[in-house]
Amino acid sequence: MQARRIPKILSFESIMWLFMRISGLAMYVFALTGLTIALIMGARTQMDMGTLLRWTFFPIGTHVTSSDILVLEQWINPFWTIMQYLTIVFATMHGTNGLRMVLEDYMDAGWGVHVLRGLLLIIWLFMLLVAFNLIQTTGAV
Amino acid sequence: MPLKRNVSYWEGLKYKGGGPMWAWILHRLSGLGILLFVGLHVLASFLTAQFGSDAGITINIIYESWAFQIIVYFSILFHAVNGLRVILLDFWPALLEYEREAVWAEWFVIVPVFGLATYIIITKAFGG
Repeated sequence: MQARRIPKILSFESIMWLFMRISGLAMYVFALTGLTIALIMGARTQMDMGTLLRWTFFPIGTHVTSSDILVLEQWINPFWTIMQYLTIVFATMHGTNGLRMVLEDYMDAGWGVHVLRGLLLIIWLFMLLVAFNLIQTTGAV
Repeated sequence: MPLKRNVSYWEGLKYKGGGPMWAWILHRLSGLGILLFVGLHVLASFLTAQFGSDAGITINIIYESWAFQIIVYFSILFHAVNGLRVILLDFWPALLEYEREAVWAEWFVIVPVFGLATYIIITKAFGG
């Protein structure tokens, strides 16, 4: 089997190819960091799995108050806020670009591709705004 | 990248790509599934937080059912492990010779991790 050819020049496609891999690894880092600390926290209070996952991936206000965890201090600091912003940026870009790759595989080259990219850009920006709003407004953390 | 294929749907189904082909199909399906799942969840949370809509509650009832949790868990676990395999083989193309073995290795990781959590989800759901 031959290795997939990677374009030598910097094109949109090659940059996104690299981005998908870097953001994938970044999400491993975010998830494992969150999971480790959520497990340390949960060990004290017999945290159930749903709570563990809410805390691991996105410890915003509504997620935290819907769990009966008494010790909140560890989560109330800028570190977790920054983690949430990074998670959202990487996850939404990774997801939107993944959707773009799948859809464009089933499309012919032409103006339709540009319309699709425009639509996905708008959807991506909307998702970013919605998620940022959630972090800002419910972010008691 | 838009591609021009001169292969019909049925011809495509006859392609015997084996493990890596199924990994590719599952990677796409699980990716789309996660996008739908997370997208709806974030949107519902936003509607609930901003407008007091019941959408969040409706969606949470679906999301908290055991069957849905198993599907979501499998999607995320598979997408993560398969993604790591893709990254490793792409950055070290010499390993591509062992792609089929890598896909097998992947399932050796996924099956126990998935099985254990599924066992816990099901026993909890049925009061075990």
